[in-house]
Amino acid sequence: MSRNTVRSWFWISPDERDRPVPWQIQCLNWALAFFLLALLCFFSFSRLRYNWNWDTVGGYSSFFWRGWLNTLKISSLALVLSTLIGLVAALARKSGILALRALSRLYVELVRGTPLLVQISFAFYVIADAFRFQDRFTVGLFTLSLFSGAFISEIIRGGIESVGASQLESARAIGLTRFQTYQYVIFPQAIRMILPALAGMFANLIKDSSLLSVISIEEFTWSAQQVSALTYSNFECYIPLAIGYLILTLPITLWTQWLEKRTRYET
Amino acid sequence: MRLRATNLCKSFGQQIVLNNVNLDLDNFHTLALIGPSGGGKSTLLRIIAGLEKPDSGTLSLNDHEIIYREKELMAHRRTIGTVFQAFNLFPHMTALQNITLPLEKVHRYKPSDARQIAEVILERFGLSEHGQKPPAQLSGGQRQRVAIARAISIKPKLLLFDEPTSALDPEMTAEVLEVIEELREEGRDLVLVTHQMGFAHRVADQIALLSGGKIIECGPPEQLLDNPQSEITRQFLAKILKY
Repeated sequence: MSRNTVRSWFWISPDERDRPVPWQIQCLNWALAFFLLALLCFFSFSRLRYNWNWDTVGGYSSFFWRGWLNTLKISSLALVLSTLIGLVAALARKSGILALRALSRLYVELVRGTPLLVQISFAFYVIADAFRFQDRFTVGLFTLSLFSGAFISEIIRGGIESVGASQLESARAIGLTRFQTYQYVIFPQAIRMILPALAGMFANLIKDSSLLSVISIEEFTWSAQQVSALTYSNFECYIPLAIGYLILTLPITLWTQWLEKRTRYET
Repeated sequence: MRLRATNLCKSFGQQIVLNNVNLDLDNFHTLALIGPSGGGKSTLLRIIAGLEKPDSGTLSLNDHEIIYREKELMAHRRTIGTVFQAFNLFPHMTALQNITLPLEKVHRYKPSDARQIAEVILERFGLSEHGQKPPAQLSGGQRQRVAIARAISIKPKLLLFDEPTSALDPEMTAEVLEVIEELREEGRDLVLVTHQMGFAHRVADQIALLSGGKIIECGPPEQLLDNPQSEITRQFLAKILKY
C-alpha cells in the first residue's frame, strides 16, 4: 500500500472537495471521530474519583421514563404552538395595522432580550397567580411557546423578506390576492430559507423545556433532579438526561435535513 | 385599441418621473414606448398595467377609465398580460405550473382545463418538452417565452412588455422578438417598452418617445424614426443608432 493510498483515506485535496466521498471512507472517518471523542471521555472519567452508583439510580428508571415522556409531550405541543405564534407574529409585523406591528416588535424584543428562567417564574408566580390559574403544565407550555415563538417569528420574517421584489411583482401582475401570494409564492420559497434555522430553534426549544423544572413541572430534568437528590448521585442522573435529550433533538435535525433536500430547487 | 392618458403625473419622492403626460391614440394595435433611461417609459407602462398609481391624471383603455383603487386595480390586472425584463417566473414551480397557477387560482379554471390550455400554448411556442422543467433549467429565451405564454394564456385584452429582451443574449433576443411579432400578426394589442429600434419599426404602428417625464413625440414609425420633428428625438436616435 502506497503512502498516497493511505493518505486518500483521510484527506481530500482542495480541488476534489466538491466530489462525493465513498461511503467506506466516510465510515472510517466517522469511526475515527468517535474514537477520539471516546478517548477524551475515557481519559476524563478514569481520572475521576467517583463512586458509581448505577444500581440505586437504576431503580428509579420508571421515574426517568415518565419525565422523558412529559418532556416529549410538552416539547411537541410547544413546537406546534410556537410555530403558530411565530407565524402570526411575523405576519403581524407585515400588517397594515401599525399598532399590530408595534405590538409584534415589542413582543419579540422583550422576549428575546430576557432570560427564559425569569419569564417562566414571572408567568407562573405573577400573571397566572393574579388570574388564580394553577395549571402549571399549561402555563409552562404557553411560556415556552411564547419564548420560542419570538425567535421563530424573526426566522420566518427573514424568510419572507428573502423572497425577491420581482417575485411579488409577478404575483401582483397575474392578479393573485395577498393571501394567495403568501400561499403560492412567498411561503414555498421562504420555507427553504428558514428550515436550517428552524431546526436549530426546535432543538433549542426541547432543551429549553428543561427550565420548566423551576415551576415543578414533572418533566425530564425535574425527574433527574429528584432522583439525584434522593440517591445523592449526580452523573448517574445527568448522563441519562443528556442521552434522553439527544434522542429527542437528533431526529428533528435529521428530519429537517431531509425536508431541506426535498424542498430544494435550483435558482 | 384606444388609449387615452390625460395629465398623468407621477413622482417618487423628489423625483418627477411623469410630468403631465398626454396621449390620445385611436385604433392602434402596437404601441412602442422608447426613450432614454429614466425618461418615464417603464413607469407609464406600469401605470397602464395597474401596478403603479398615478399621482394625478386619468388613463382610459377603450374608453374605460382605470380606477386606481386596489380592488378595481386587481380586477384590471387580471385582464392584462404583463411580461417583465427578467425574473418573471416562479423558481419553485415547473414551466407548466407557472402557466396553470393564474389560470387555476385567479381565473378559476378546472385543473385539467388549465393544464390543457398550458400544454397547447407551450406546444405552440415549441416548449412542449420543457413543461416539466423549473425555470433554472431553461435558457433565458425559453424563460421569457414561458412568461409570454403565461401572459397570453389568460386571454388578456392587452399585452404589456417591459423591456422583454434587455436581459438576453442577441440570439435569444431574436427568439423572443419573433414570438412578439407573431402575436402582433395575430392582431393582439400590445404596448412595449423597448430599446430595439429596428424591432419597434417593424411591429409598432405607433411609437411614443418619452424623455424627462414628458411625451416628446408620438406618431407612426415612418414619421418618428425616419423623419423626427423634435431635436430631442433626433439626438436620442443619433445616440443609439451610432453603435
